[in-house]
Amino acid sequence: MTASNPLFEFTLHMGDNALILGQRVSAWCGHAPILEEDIALANTGLDLIGQTKLWLSYAAEIENKDRDADDLAFRRDGRDFRNCLLVEQPNGDYAQTMMRQFLFDAWHHPMLAALTNSSNKRVAEIAEKSEKEAAYHLERSTDLLIRLGDGSQESHDRMQTALDDLWRFTGELTSAGDVETSLGKENVIPDGSAISDQYASYIQTALREATLTIPEGVGMRQGGKKGIHTEDFGYLLAEMQSLPRAYPDAAW
Amino acid sequence: MSLAAAKPSIDDIWRWLNDVPDPEIPVVSVVDLGIVREARWQDDALLVTVTPTYSGCPATAVISFEIEEALRRQGIEKIKIETQLSPAWTTKWISAAGREKLKAYGIAPPVDGASCAGALKLPSSVNVTCPHCGAVDTECVSQFGSTPCKAHYRCKTCLEPFDYFKSF
Repeated sequence: MTASNPLFEFTLHMGDNALILGQRVSAWCGHAPILEEDIALANTGLDLIGQTKLWLSYAAEIENKDRDADDLAFRRDGRDFRNCLLVEQPNGDYAQTMMRQFLFDAWHHPMLAALTNSSNKRVAEIAEKSEKEAAYHLERSTDLLIRLGDGSQESHDRMQTALDDLWRFTGELTSAGDVETSLGKENVIPDGSAISDQYASYIQTALREATLTIPEGVGMRQGGKKGIHTEDFGYLLAEMQSLPRAYPDAAW
Repeated sequence: MSLAAAKPSIDDIWRWLNDVPDPEIPVVSVVDLGIVREARWQDDALLVTVTPTYSGCPATAVISFEIEEALRRQGIEKIKIETQLSPAWTTKWISAAGREKLKAYGIAPPVDGASCAGALKLPSSVNVTCPHCGAVDTECVSQFGSTPCKAHYRCKTCLEPFDYFKSF
């Protein structure tokens, strides 16, 4: 992919975040610790994959190369994905899954809320639809963060370990590069520092309530928005794309 | 017979659409739920605008298919179904009749302002009424129930579990 149309890059970023987290979360279906959690995660995954379709359909239209949302999801190689590194991290134990969800939802919700004011009508419409769903995701992941963090010694320790592991991927969400600068100027996307402040303040309040401590001196990792992913991502893609690649254009 | 004379009225179309059940909750129609936003003739084609409840709801595709089939049964040949995202669907669009039907079916209809009391939020003063016994002493078990649009509740009076159609 040579093109660097900022709007294409941004819609891929939003769509790929939702797609990859949706794929990760759906792997819990039938395996979650209790039935209610199994259902809740499946529903969250369903929302995210629905949002993926909205973003990637628009990305395909912007690109205008005769590809559709399915082509973008199932026939792109790793280097062409623009999701942040956080969402591709493995499920781990339930604490890791829920910490990843919380750290993502706490950014996703304010981002979508701000995007409802986008100067781009289509972006604003997709955000309006998705924001309502993300509000429920954030409510649930915050509740679980606090319940598990401020829970038993075992659940607290596992949540702290998950936070220590995942914290280094949070900086990328609010980092701004050429794409963000260019789209920010046209008011397609919100001012990054406003989202960054909201993100930081929400996370700090919730983590304090959950009796968890933000690790110090952690170097932030990034690269996902430029297609440089972590090792686990290849395995995820191999599984997600195996059927459409083995049977192109299969339908049922 | 001219084409114009063969066109059914928009009132009739709405009446027919009102008989199309929601695939997940068949006691309510797609019109009761506020999913059908508009029906109008565009030359000789009927344009029906629908809006998804949740973006990943698997019922969305089935709903469009069933709307088309119901209209075909009435002899309409050219049907165009368009999806509209904005304004986003809200449970405020569920009709009064739809809310009654939900309740009779055992699903508590959406209550404005009622939400699972999040740990970072103040407990809501608005309660969801148990569709079985009518008690207001109920609690949220999980924000996500058997479908994306429902939450899982429990009545603390009659002790029965029930689905609550989330305010959205």
